[in-house]
Amino acid sequence: MTSEMESAIRFGSVSKSFGAVHAVQDLNFEAPTGAVTVLLGPNGAGKTTTVRLTTGALVADRGDIEVLGLHPKINGDEIRSRVGIVPPKPAFYDQLTGWENLQFAARIFGSDERSALDAAERFEIDHALLQEVGGYSTGMRTRLALARSVLHDPEVLLLDEPTAGLDPESSRKVLELIRELAGRGRTIVLCTHLLHEAEGIADQIVLVSDGHARISGSPEALTGRYLADPVVLFDAEDRSALSSLPDRHGVVSVAWNGAVHATLTDHDMLPDLIADLVRDGVRLTRVEPITPSLEELYFAMQRSDPEDPS
Amino acid sequence: MNWNHVRAIAGADLRRLFKSKDYWIPLLIMASLFFVIIPLIMLTVIGQFEHTAFADQVASVVGNLPAQVNDAARGDTPLARASYIAAVFLLAPIAIIVPVTISAAVGSNAIVGERERGTGEFLAHSPVTMRELYVGKLIASLVPGYLALIVGFAAYALVVNLTVGPDLGGWFFPTVGWVVLILWVIPPFIAVALTVILRISARVRSAASAQQASSLVTLPIIMLSYAVSVSVVVSPGRSAFLIGAVSWAVAIFLSMRGAKKLRRERLLGVASET
Repeated sequence: MTSEMESAIRFGSVSKSFGAVHAVQDLNFEAPTGAVTVLLGPNGAGKTTTVRLTTGALVADRGDIEVLGLHPKINGDEIRSRVGIVPPKPAFYDQLTGWENLQFAARIFGSDERSALDAAERFEIDHALLQEVGGYSTGMRTRLALARSVLHDPEVLLLDEPTAGLDPESSRKVLELIRELAGRGRTIVLCTHLLHEAEGIADQIVLVSDGHARISGSPEALTGRYLADPVVLFDAEDRSALSSLPDRHGVVSVAWNGAVHATLTDHDMLPDLIADLVRDGVRLTRVEPITPSLEELYFAMQRSDPEDPS
Repeated sequence: MNWNHVRAIAGADLRRLFKSKDYWIPLLIMASLFFVIIPLIMLTVIGQFEHTAFADQVASVVGNLPAQVNDAARGDTPLARASYIAAVFLLAPIAIIVPVTISAAVGSNAIVGERERGTGEFLAHSPVTMRELYVGKLIASLVPGYLALIVGFAAYALVVNLTVGPDLGGWFFPTVGWVVLILWVIPPFIAVALTVILRISARVRSAASAQQASSLVTLPIIMLSYAVSVSVVVSPGRSAFLIGAVSWAVAIFLSMRGAKKLRRERLLGVASET
Protein backbone atom coordinates (compact mmCIF):
# COMPACT_ATOMS: atom_id res chain seq x y z
CA MET A 1 0.00 0.00 0.00
CA THR A 2 2.80 2.39 0.96
CA SER A 3 4.40 2.16 -2.42
CA GLU A 4 1.13 2.68 -4.28
CA MET A 5 -0.14 5.68 -2.35
CA GLU A 6 1.23 9.10 -1.66
CA SER A 7 2.48 9.49 1.91
CA ALA A 8 0.88 12.11 4.15
CA ILE A 9 3.62 11.59 6.73
CA ARG A 10 7.13 10.42 6.07
CA PHE A 11 9.88 9.89 8.65
CA GLY A 12 13.36 9.32 7.28
CA SER A 13 16.03 8.21 9.76
CA VAL A 14 14.66 10.48 12.48
CA SER A 15 16.27 10.60 15.91
CA LYS A 16 15.35 12.54 19.04
CA SER A 17 17.02 12.32 22.43
CA PHE A 18 16.35 13.94 25.80
CA GLY A 19 19.72 14.01 27.47
CA ALA A 20 20.84 10.41 27.73
CA VAL A 21 17.42 9.05 26.83
CA HIS A 22 17.02 8.14 23.15
CA ALA A 23 13.28 8.49 22.65
CA VAL A 24 13.37 7.94 18.89
CA GLN A 25 16.32 6.40 17.04
CA ASP A 26 16.69 6.26 13.31
CA LEU A 27 12.94 5.97 12.86
CA ASN A 28 11.65 5.30 9.36
CA PHE A 29 8.01 4.99 8.45
CA GLU A 30 5.39 6.35 6.09
CA ALA A 31 1.70 6.99 6.71
CA PRO A 32 -0.17 6.75 3.41
CA THR A 33 -2.73 9.45 2.61
CA GLY A 34 -6.28 8.43 3.44
CA ALA A 35 -5.20 5.34 5.34
CA VAL A 36 -5.17 4.31 8.99
CA THR A 37 -1.64 3.74 10.22
CA VAL A 38 -1.29 2.15 13.62
CA LEU A 39 1.89 2.75 15.60
CA LEU A 40 1.91 -0.32 17.77
CA GLY A 41 4.26 -0.68 20.67
CA PRO A 42 4.61 -0.88 24.41
CA ASN A 43 4.70 2.14 26.73
CA GLY A 44 7.94 4.07 26.29
CA ALA A 45 8.44 2.85 22.72
CA GLY A 46 8.62 6.42 21.40
CA LYS A 47 5.08 6.77 20.04
CA THR A 48 4.28 10.07 21.80
CA THR A 49 7.60 11.58 20.77
CA THR A 50 6.82 10.54 17.19
CA VAL A 51 3.49 12.39 17.37
CA ARG A 52 5.18 15.47 18.82
CA LEU A 53 7.80 15.41 16.08
CA THR A 54 5.07 15.14 13.45
CA THR A 55 3.48 18.47 14.38
CA GLY A 56 6.80 20.18 15.06
CA ALA A 57 6.04 20.53 18.75
CA LEU A 58 9.43 18.87 19.12
CA VAL A 59 12.31 19.34 16.72
CA ALA A 60 14.23 16.25 15.61
CA ASP A 61 17.94 16.02 16.35
CA ARG A 62 18.54 14.23 13.06
CA GLY A 63 16.65 12.97 10.05
CA ASP A 64 13.98 14.24 7.73
CA ILE A 65 10.25 14.61 8.45
CA GLU A 66 7.63 15.49 5.86
CA VAL A 67 3.97 16.10 6.69
CA LEU A 68 1.52 16.90 3.88
CA GLY A 69 4.53 17.74 1.75
CA LEU A 70 5.80 20.28 4.33
CA HIS A 71 8.63 20.24 6.83
CA PRO A 72 7.64 20.74 10.50
CA LYS A 73 10.79 22.70 11.25
CA ILE A 74 10.09 25.23 8.50
CA ASN A 75 6.31 25.13 7.99
CA GLY A 76 5.26 24.03 11.48
CA ASP A 77 2.43 26.54 11.84
CA GLU A 78 0.82 25.47 8.57
CA ILE A 79 1.17 21.79 9.43
CA ARG A 80 -0.35 22.36 12.88
CA SER A 81 -3.32 24.17 11.34
CA ARG A 82 -4.03 21.13 9.12
CA VAL A 83 -3.51 18.44 11.74
CA GLY A 84 -5.76 17.43 14.63
CA ILE A 85 -4.47 15.69 17.70
CA VAL A 86 -5.82 13.82 20.69
CA PRO A 87 -3.08 13.55 23.32
CA PRO A 88 -2.92 10.60 25.72
CA LYS A 89 -4.24 12.65 28.65
CA PRO A 90 -6.42 15.39 27.18
CA ALA A 91 -6.22 18.54 29.29
CA PHE A 92 -8.52 21.55 29.38
CA TYR A 93 -9.02 24.74 31.32
CA ASP A 94 -11.03 23.19 34.14
CA GLN A 95 -12.57 26.46 35.34
CA LEU A 96 -14.05 27.08 31.90
CA THR A 97 -17.08 25.30 30.50
CA GLY A 98 -16.85 22.73 27.74
CA TRP A 99 -18.24 25.32 25.35
CA GLU A 100 -15.69 27.96 26.38
CA ASN A 101 -12.91 25.42 25.83
CA LEU A 102 -14.25 24.56 22.38
CA GLN A 103 -14.66 28.26 21.52
CA PHE A 104 -11.05 28.80 22.50
CA ALA A 105 -9.88 25.96 20.24
CA ALA A 106 -12.10 27.22 17.40
CA ARG A 107 -10.51 30.67 17.61
CA ILE A 108 -7.02 29.17 17.65
CA PHE A 109 -7.79 27.07 14.55
CA GLY A 110 -9.75 29.83 12.80
CA SER A 111 -12.98 27.83 12.83
CA ASP A 112 -16.45 29.13 13.53
CA GLU A 113 -18.72 28.31 16.45
CA ARG A 114 -21.02 26.22 14.23
CA SER A 115 -18.14 23.80 13.58
CA ALA A 116 -17.44 23.61 17.30
CA LEU A 117 -21.06 22.81 18.05
CA ASP A 118 -21.23 20.23 15.25
CA ALA A 119 -18.13 18.53 16.62
CA ALA A 120 -19.64 18.47 20.11
CA GLU A 121 -22.87 16.95 18.77
CA ARG A 122 -20.93 14.36 16.82
CA PHE A 123 -19.28 13.09 20.01
CA GLU A 124 -22.45 13.49 22.08
CA ILE A 125 -20.93 15.94 24.51
CA ASP A 126 -23.20 18.84 23.51
CA HIS A 127 -25.51 18.24 26.49
CA ALA A 128 -22.66 19.02 28.93
CA LEU A 129 -21.17 22.04 27.18
CA LEU A 130 -22.40 24.51 29.79
CA GLN A 131 -20.75 22.60 32.65
CA GLU A 132 -17.26 23.42 33.83
CA VAL A 133 -14.81 20.85 32.49
CA GLY A 134 -13.44 20.32 36.01
CA GLY A 135 -16.58 18.30 36.71
CA TYR A 136 -16.29 16.08 33.62
CA SER A 137 -15.64 12.34 33.82
CA THR A 138 -12.69 10.79 31.93
CA GLY A 139 -15.01 9.70 29.15
CA MET A 140 -16.52 13.18 28.80
CA ARG A 141 -13.07 14.75 28.68
CA THR A 142 -12.00 12.36 25.94
CA ARG A 143 -15.12 13.06 23.94
CA LEU A 144 -14.49 16.80 24.31
CA ALA A 145 -10.88 16.24 23.21
CA LEU A 146 -12.11 14.35 20.17
CA ALA A 147 -14.52 17.18 19.34
CA ARG A 148 -11.69 19.68 19.74
CA SER A 149 -9.43 17.65 17.47
CA VAL A 150 -11.81 17.59 14.51
CA LEU A 151 -13.55 20.97 14.71
CA HIS A 152 -11.24 22.41 12.02
CA ASP A 153 -11.72 19.36 9.77
CA PRO A 154 -8.06 18.32 9.79
CA GLU A 155 -6.44 16.45 6.91
CA VAL A 156 -4.38 14.37 9.33
CA LEU A 157 -5.56 13.13 12.71
CA LEU A 158 -3.05 11.94 15.29
CA LEU A 159 -4.61 9.87 18.06
CA ASP A 160 -2.26 9.04 20.90
CA GLU A 161 -3.80 6.33 23.09
CA PRO A 162 -7.26 7.87 22.53
CA THR A 163 -9.19 5.21 24.40
CA ALA A 164 -7.08 5.21 27.56
CA GLY A 165 -9.46 5.20 30.52
CA LEU A 166 -12.58 5.05 28.37
CA ASP A 167 -15.55 2.76 28.90
CA PRO A 168 -16.21 0.21 26.13
CA GLU A 169 -19.01 2.27 24.57
CA SER A 170 -16.87 5.41 24.30
CA SER A 171 -13.96 3.33 22.96
CA ARG A 172 -16.24 1.96 20.28
CA LYS A 173 -17.23 5.52 19.29
CA VAL A 174 -13.58 6.47 18.92
CA LEU A 175 -12.97 3.52 16.63
CA GLU A 176 -16.10 4.41 14.65
CA LEU A 177 -14.75 7.93 14.23
CA ILE A 178 -11.50 6.54 12.90
CA ARG A 179 -13.32 4.40 10.37
CA GLU A 180 -15.56 7.31 9.37
CA LEU A 181 -12.72 9.78 8.91
CA ALA A 182 -10.65 7.25 7.01
CA GLY A 183 -13.68 6.68 4.78
CA ARG A 184 -13.69 10.41 4.03
CA GLY A 185 -10.08 10.30 2.88
CA ARG A 186 -8.47 11.61 6.05
CA THR A 187 -5.12 10.27 7.14
CA ILE A 188 -5.15 8.74 10.60
CA VAL A 189 -2.23 7.79 12.80
CA LEU A 190 -3.29 5.80 15.84
CA CYS A 191 -0.76 5.18 18.59
CA THR A 192 -1.69 2.33 20.85
CA HIS A 193 -0.39 -0.60 22.80
CA LEU A 194 -3.85 -2.22 22.70
CA LEU A 195 -3.95 -4.79 19.95
CA HIS A 196 -7.71 -5.06 19.84
CA GLU A 197 -7.93 -1.35 19.03
CA ALA A 198 -5.92 -1.79 15.88
CA GLU A 199 -7.78 -4.94 14.87
CA GLY A 200 -9.91 -4.38 11.83
CA ILE A 201 -9.13 -0.70 11.32
CA ALA A 202 -5.42 -0.70 10.50
CA ASP A 203 -4.46 -0.31 6.87
CA GLN A 204 -0.86 -0.33 7.94
CA ILE A 205 0.86 -1.42 11.11
CA VAL A 206 4.18 -0.03 12.29
CA LEU A 207 5.66 -1.99 15.15
CA VAL A 208 7.62 0.49 17.26
CA SER A 209 10.05 -0.58 19.93
CA ASP A 210 12.82 1.35 21.68
CA GLY A 211 12.32 4.26 19.28
CA HIS A 212 12.76 2.12 16.15
CA ALA A 213 10.17 1.10 13.58
CA ARG A 214 11.00 -2.57 13.61
CA ILE A 215 8.44 -3.83 11.16
CA SER A 216 5.77 -2.20 8.99
CA GLY A 217 3.23 -3.22 6.42
CA SER A 218 -0.44 -4.00 5.90
CA PRO A 219 -1.96 -6.61 8.24
CA GLU A 220 -2.37 -8.97 5.25
CA ALA A 221 1.25 -8.58 4.18
CA LEU A 222 2.48 -9.02 7.73
CA THR A 223 0.27 -12.07 8.19
CA GLY A 224 1.68 -13.52 5.00
CA ARG A 225 5.17 -12.81 6.23
CA TYR A 226 4.96 -13.90 9.85
CA LEU A 227 2.05 -16.37 9.86
CA ALA A 228 2.52 -17.81 6.41
CA ASP A 229 1.00 -21.23 7.09
CA PRO A 230 -2.83 -21.09 7.09
CA VAL A 231 -4.74 -22.54 10.01
CA VAL A 232 -8.09 -24.31 9.52
CA LEU A 233 -10.50 -25.37 12.23
CA PHE A 234 -12.04 -28.82 11.81
CA ASP A 235 -14.76 -30.59 13.75
CA ALA A 236 -16.67 -33.80 13.16
CA GLU A 237 -19.54 -35.86 14.58
CA ASP A 238 -16.93 -38.27 15.85
CA ARG A 239 -13.91 -36.11 16.72
CA SER A 240 -11.63 -39.17 17.08
CA ALA A 241 -12.02 -39.69 13.34
CA LEU A 242 -9.87 -36.58 12.89
CA SER A 243 -6.88 -38.25 14.61
CA SER A 244 -5.56 -39.16 11.16
CA LEU A 245 -5.15 -35.49 10.21
CA PRO A 246 -1.44 -35.14 11.14
CA ASP A 247 -0.55 -37.94 8.72
CA ARG A 248 -2.41 -36.50 5.75
CA HIS A 249 -0.79 -34.75 2.82
CA GLY A 250 -0.50 -30.95 3.21
CA VAL A 251 -0.94 -30.89 6.98
CA VAL A 252 1.98 -29.37 8.88
CA SER A 253 0.72 -29.76 12.44
CA VAL A 254 -2.46 -30.22 14.45
CA ALA A 255 -3.45 -28.68 17.76
CA TRP A 256 -6.27 -30.15 19.85
CA ASN A 257 -7.76 -27.29 21.84
CA GLY A 258 -11.51 -27.67 22.02
CA ALA A 259 -11.79 -28.13 18.28
CA VAL A 260 -9.01 -29.26 15.95
CA HIS A 261 -6.73 -26.57 14.54
CA ALA A 262 -4.74 -27.86 11.59
CA THR A 263 -1.88 -25.87 10.09
CA LEU A 264 -1.66 -26.48 6.34
CA THR A 265 1.20 -25.94 3.92
CA ASP A 266 -1.13 -24.01 1.62
CA HIS A 267 -4.80 -22.93 1.45
CA ASP A 268 -5.05 -24.72 -1.90
CA MET A 269 -4.66 -28.04 -0.10
CA LEU A 270 -7.98 -27.60 1.70
CA PRO A 271 -10.46 -28.93 -0.98
CA ASP A 272 -8.43 -32.12 -1.47
CA LEU A 273 -8.08 -32.59 2.28
CA ILE A 274 -11.85 -32.27 2.80
CA ALA A 275 -12.50 -34.70 -0.07
CA ASP A 276 -10.08 -37.22 1.43
CA LEU A 277 -11.67 -36.97 4.87
CA VAL A 278 -15.19 -37.42 3.46
CA ARG A 279 -14.07 -40.36 1.31
CA ASP A 280 -12.65 -41.99 4.44
CA GLY A 281 -16.05 -41.68 6.15
CA VAL A 282 -15.35 -38.72 8.40
CA ARG A 283 -18.63 -36.80 8.89
CA LEU A 284 -17.38 -33.20 9.10
CA THR A 285 -19.54 -30.71 11.01
CA ARG A 286 -17.25 -27.69 10.72
CA VAL A 287 -14.45 -26.50 8.43
CA GLU A 288 -13.39 -22.91 9.01
CA PRO A 289 -10.23 -21.14 7.80
CA ILE A 290 -8.95 -19.05 10.72
CA THR A 291 -7.88 -15.42 10.16
CA PRO A 292 -5.08 -14.78 12.64
CA SER A 293 -5.81 -12.10 15.20
CA LEU A 294 -3.57 -9.09 15.48
CA GLU A 295 -2.46 -10.42 18.81
CA GLU A 296 -1.20 -13.62 17.20
CA LEU A 297 0.45 -11.54 14.50
CA TYR A 298 2.03 -9.21 17.07
CA PHE A 299 3.59 -12.04 19.00
CA ALA A 300 4.70 -13.75 15.80
CA MET A 301 6.43 -10.50 14.83
CA GLN A 302 7.93 -10.20 18.30
CA ARG A 303 9.28 -13.75 18.00
CA SER A 304 10.93 -12.89 14.70
CA ASP A 305 14.50 -11.66 14.61
CA PRO A 306 14.27 -7.98 15.62
CA GLU A 307 17.39 -7.12 13.66
CA ASP A 308 16.03 -8.65 10.49
CA PRO A 309 12.56 -7.25 9.77
CA SER A 310 12.68 -8.62 6.24
CA MET B 1 1.13 38.22 14.14
CA ASN B 2 -2.40 36.78 14.31
CA TRP B 3 -4.22 39.01 16.82
CA ASN B 4 -7.14 36.56 16.99
CA HIS B 5 -4.74 34.07 18.56
CA VAL B 6 -3.44 36.69 20.99
CA ARG B 7 -7.00 37.69 21.95
CA ALA B 8 -8.03 34.04 22.40
CA ILE B 9 -5.07 33.27 24.70
CA ALA B 10 -5.41 36.45 26.77
CA GLY B 11 -9.20 36.08 26.88
CA ALA B 12 -9.10 32.46 28.09
CA ASP B 13 -6.58 33.33 30.80
CA LEU B 14 -8.55 36.35 32.00
CA ARG B 15 -11.81 34.42 32.02
CA ARG B 16 -10.19 31.67 34.08
CA LEU B 17 -8.74 34.22 36.47
CA PHE B 18 -12.01 36.01 37.08
CA LYS B 19 -13.73 32.67 37.68
CA SER B 20 -11.13 31.65 40.30
CA LYS B 21 -12.31 33.41 43.43
CA ASP B 22 -9.59 31.80 45.55
CA TYR B 23 -7.10 33.50 43.28
CA TRP B 24 -8.43 37.03 42.99
CA ILE B 25 -10.02 37.54 46.42
CA PRO B 26 -6.60 37.68 48.22
CA LEU B 27 -5.41 40.07 45.52
CA LEU B 28 -8.51 42.20 46.02
CA ILE B 29 -7.89 42.27 49.78
CA MET B 30 -4.28 43.33 49.19
CA ALA B 31 -5.35 46.11 46.82
CA SER B 32 -7.99 47.32 49.30
CA LEU B 33 -5.40 47.32 52.06
CA PHE B 34 -2.90 49.42 50.13
CA PHE B 35 -5.26 51.75 48.30
CA VAL B 36 -8.00 52.30 50.90
CA ILE B 37 -7.45 50.96 54.42
CA ILE B 38 -3.85 52.01 55.13
CA PRO B 39 -4.22 55.50 53.53
CA LEU B 40 -7.54 56.03 55.29
CA ILE B 41 -6.09 55.18 58.71
CA MET B 42 -2.90 57.14 58.12
CA LEU B 43 -4.52 60.29 56.80
CA THR B 44 -7.28 60.22 59.42
CA VAL B 45 -4.77 59.80 62.24
CA ILE B 46 -2.60 62.70 61.03
CA GLY B 47 -5.64 64.96 60.96
CA GLN B 48 -6.54 64.16 64.59
CA PHE B 49 -3.46 65.69 66.22
CA GLU B 50 -3.90 69.43 65.74
CA HIS B 51 -2.32 71.44 68.60
CA THR B 52 -0.48 68.47 70.19
CA ALA B 53 3.13 67.48 70.71
CA PHE B 54 2.72 65.08 67.78
CA ALA B 55 1.79 68.03 65.57
CA ASP B 56 5.02 69.76 66.56
CA GLN B 57 7.00 66.63 65.69
CA VAL B 58 5.27 66.37 62.30
CA ALA B 59 6.02 70.05 61.65
CA SER B 60 9.66 69.39 62.43
CA VAL B 61 9.79 66.35 60.10
CA VAL B 62 8.09 68.27 57.30
CA GLY B 63 10.55 71.11 57.74
CA ASN B 64 13.45 68.71 57.29
CA LEU B 65 12.13 67.17 54.05
CA PRO B 66 13.93 68.09 50.80
CA ALA B 67 13.19 71.60 49.58
CA GLN B 68 11.66 70.22 46.35
CA VAL B 69 9.09 68.28 48.35
CA ASN B 70 8.43 71.19 50.69
CA ASP B 71 8.01 73.58 47.78
CA ALA B 72 5.52 71.28 46.13
CA ALA B 73 3.50 70.75 49.30
CA ARG B 74 0.25 72.65 49.82
CA GLY B 75 -1.55 73.65 53.03
CA ASP B 76 -1.54 76.48 55.53
CA THR B 77 -0.72 74.50 58.69
CA PRO B 78 2.09 72.01 59.29
CA LEU B 79 -0.45 69.18 59.69
CA ALA B 80 -2.23 70.11 56.47
CA ARG B 81 1.14 70.14 54.69
CA ALA B 82 2.04 66.80 56.35
CA SER B 83 -1.27 65.31 55.18
CA TYR B 84 -0.65 66.59 51.65
CA ILE B 85 2.89 65.18 51.59
CA ALA B 86 1.72 61.82 52.94
CA ALA B 87 -1.15 61.61 50.45
CA VAL B 88 0.71 62.79 47.38
CA PHE B 89 4.35 61.77 47.92
CA LEU B 90 4.74 59.12 50.63
CA LEU B 91 2.00 56.83 49.43
CA ALA B 92 3.01 57.09 45.76
CA PRO B 93 4.90 53.76 45.78
CA ILE B 94 1.69 51.88 46.52
CA ALA B 95 0.71 52.72 43.00
CA ILE B 96 3.43 50.38 41.80
CA ILE B 97 3.56 47.75 44.57
CA VAL B 98 0.00 46.59 44.04
CA PRO B 99 -0.09 46.17 40.25
CA VAL B 100 3.39 44.63 40.09
CA THR B 101 2.51 42.14 42.82
CA ILE B 102 -0.79 41.20 41.19
CA SER B 103 0.70 40.90 37.71
CA ALA B 104 3.64 38.91 39.06
CA ALA B 105 1.28 36.47 40.76
CA VAL B 106 -0.61 35.93 37.50
CA GLY B 107 2.45 35.95 35.23
CA SER B 108 4.53 33.52 37.26
CA ASN B 109 1.92 30.83 36.62
CA ALA B 110 1.30 31.77 32.99
CA ILE B 111 3.51 29.30 31.14
CA VAL B 112 4.48 26.78 33.80
CA GLY B 113 0.75 26.53 34.58
CA GLU B 114 0.02 25.43 31.00
CA ARG B 115 2.65 22.76 31.39
CA GLU B 116 1.45 21.57 34.80
CA ARG B 117 -2.19 21.37 33.71
CA GLY B 118 -1.27 19.65 30.46
CA THR B 119 -3.00 22.36 28.39
CA GLY B 120 0.45 23.25 27.04
CA GLU B 121 0.24 20.08 24.92
CA PHE B 122 -2.74 21.53 23.03
CA LEU B 123 -0.98 24.87 22.52
CA ALA B 124 2.25 23.15 21.43
CA HIS B 125 0.36 21.29 18.69
CA SER B 126 -1.67 24.35 17.68
CA PRO B 127 -0.86 26.92 14.99
CA VAL B 128 -0.26 29.58 17.66
CA THR B 129 3.24 31.03 17.26
CA MET B 130 5.41 31.42 20.35
CA ARG B 131 5.34 35.19 19.80
CA GLU B 132 1.53 35.21 19.86
CA LEU B 133 1.52 33.05 22.96
CA TYR B 134 4.02 35.32 24.70
CA VAL B 135 2.10 38.50 23.87
CA GLY B 136 -1.18 36.86 24.93
CA LYS B 137 0.32 35.82 28.26
CA LEU B 138 1.87 39.25 28.74
CA ILE B 139 -1.49 40.95 28.19
CA ALA B 140 -3.32 38.45 30.39
CA SER B 141 -0.85 39.12 33.22
CA LEU B 142 -0.69 42.89 32.74
CA VAL B 143 -4.44 43.53 32.61
CA PRO B 144 -5.35 42.34 36.15
CA GLY B 145 -2.54 44.40 37.69
CA TYR B 146 -3.35 47.51 35.70
CA LEU B 147 -7.08 47.11 36.27
CA ALA B 148 -6.44 46.87 40.02
CA LEU B 149 -4.32 50.00 39.73
CA ILE B 150 -7.02 52.02 37.96
CA VAL B 151 -9.81 50.93 40.30
CA GLY B 152 -7.56 51.24 43.35
CA PHE B 153 -6.36 54.63 42.23
CA ALA B 154 -9.93 55.88 41.89
CA ALA B 155 -10.68 54.63 45.42
CA TYR B 156 -7.47 56.18 46.72
CA ALA B 157 -8.35 59.53 45.11
CA LEU B 158 -11.71 59.41 46.86
CA VAL B 159 -10.10 58.64 50.24
CA VAL B 160 -7.52 61.41 49.85
CA ASN B 161 -10.04 64.04 48.75
CA LEU B 162 -12.48 63.14 51.51
CA THR B 163 -9.91 63.07 54.33
CA VAL B 164 -7.36 65.73 53.32
CA GLY B 165 -9.41 67.78 50.85
CA PRO B 166 -11.35 69.84 53.46
CA ASP B 167 -8.02 71.12 54.94
CA LEU B 168 -6.75 72.12 51.51
CA GLY B 169 -9.79 74.00 50.27
CA GLY B 170 -11.50 71.17 48.38
CA TRP B 171 -10.73 68.28 46.06
CA PHE B 172 -7.14 68.45 44.80
CA PHE B 173 -6.26 64.88 43.89
CA PRO B 174 -4.99 63.44 41.52
CA THR B 175 -2.10 65.75 40.87
CA VAL B 176 -0.38 65.96 37.47
CA GLY B 177 2.49 63.82 38.79
CA TRP B 178 0.12 60.98 39.71
CA VAL B 179 -1.61 61.08 36.33
CA VAL B 180 1.78 60.87 34.57
CA LEU B 181 2.78 58.04 36.91
CA ILE B 182 -0.38 56.02 36.31
CA LEU B 183 -0.66 56.52 32.56
CA TRP B 184 2.92 56.78 31.39
CA VAL B 185 5.38 55.29 33.88
CA ILE B 186 3.72 52.37 35.65
CA PRO B 187 2.53 50.33 32.61
CA PRO B 188 6.06 49.83 31.22
CA PHE B 189 7.34 49.09 34.72
CA ILE B 190 4.81 46.28 35.09
CA ALA B 191 5.70 45.08 31.59
CA VAL B 192 9.42 45.01 32.43
CA ALA B 193 8.74 42.96 35.54
CA LEU B 194 6.52 40.62 33.52
CA THR B 195 9.09 40.03 30.78
CA VAL B 196 11.44 38.63 33.42
CA ILE B 197 8.68 36.71 35.22
CA LEU B 198 7.37 35.10 32.02
CA ARG B 199 10.87 33.97 31.21
CA ILE B 200 11.12 32.40 34.64
CA SER B 201 7.69 30.82 34.16
CA ALA B 202 8.87 29.21 30.93
CA ARG B 203 12.01 27.76 32.47
CA VAL B 204 11.09 26.42 35.92
CA ARG B 205 9.58 23.02 36.63
CA SER B 206 6.69 24.01 38.90
CA ALA B 207 4.37 26.92 39.64
CA ALA B 208 5.68 27.05 43.21
CA SER B 209 9.25 27.56 41.98
CA ALA B 210 8.02 30.21 39.55
CA GLN B 211 6.33 32.15 42.35
CA GLN B 212 9.42 32.03 44.55
CA ALA B 213 11.71 33.16 41.76
CA SER B 214 9.24 35.88 40.73
CA SER B 215 9.16 37.35 44.21
CA LEU B 216 12.95 37.68 44.06
CA VAL B 217 12.58 39.59 40.80
CA THR B 218 9.74 41.82 41.90
CA LEU B 219 11.50 42.99 45.06
CA PRO B 220 14.29 44.97 43.32
CA ILE B 221 11.79 46.23 40.75
CA ILE B 222 9.54 47.53 43.54
CA MET B 223 12.52 49.20 45.24
CA LEU B 224 13.57 50.83 42.00
CA SER B 225 10.05 51.93 41.25
CA TYR B 226 9.72 53.43 44.74
CA ALA B 227 12.46 55.89 43.92
CA VAL B 228 11.14 56.49 40.43
CA SER B 229 7.53 57.04 41.44
CA VAL B 230 8.41 59.53 44.19
CA SER B 231 10.59 61.39 41.73
CA VAL B 232 7.78 61.45 39.14
CA VAL B 233 5.07 62.73 41.50
CA VAL B 234 7.40 65.42 42.91
CA SER B 235 8.64 66.55 39.53
CA PRO B 236 6.27 65.48 36.76
CA GLY B 237 8.08 67.31 33.97
CA ARG B 238 10.61 66.33 31.36
CA SER B 239 12.42 63.85 33.62
CA ALA B 240 9.17 61.97 34.23
CA PHE B 241 8.58 61.81 30.48
CA LEU B 242 12.11 60.50 29.97
CA ILE B 243 11.79 57.89 32.71
CA GLY B 244 8.58 56.67 31.08
CA ALA B 245 10.12 56.65 27.60
CA VAL B 246 13.15 54.68 28.75
CA SER B 247 10.91 52.22 30.62
CA TRP B 248 8.78 51.70 27.51
CA ALA B 249 11.89 51.11 25.38
CA VAL B 250 13.26 48.57 27.88
CA ALA B 251 9.86 46.85 28.13
CA ILE B 252 9.53 46.53 24.35
CA PHE B 253 13.11 45.30 23.96
CA LEU B 254 12.75 42.70 26.72
CA SER B 255 9.36 41.57 25.36
CA MET B 256 10.82 40.98 21.92
CA ARG B 257 13.72 39.03 23.37
CA GLY B 258 11.42 37.05 25.67
CA ALA B 259 9.14 36.09 22.77
CA LYS B 260 12.15 34.89 20.77
CA LYS B 261 13.45 32.81 23.65
CA LEU B 262 10.18 30.96 24.27
CA ARG B 263 10.31 27.49 22.74
CA ARG B 264 7.45 25.16 21.93
CA GLU B 265 9.10 22.29 23.82
CA ARG B 266 8.75 24.26 27.03
CA LEU B 267 4.98 23.84 26.83
CA LEU B 268 5.49 20.08 26.88
CA GLY B 269 7.97 20.17 29.75
CA VAL B 270 10.68 18.33 27.86
CA ALA B 271 13.02 21.19 26.99
CA SER B 272 14.95 21.39 30.22
CA GLU B 273 17.33 18.64 29.22
CA THR B 274 17.85 19.72 25.61
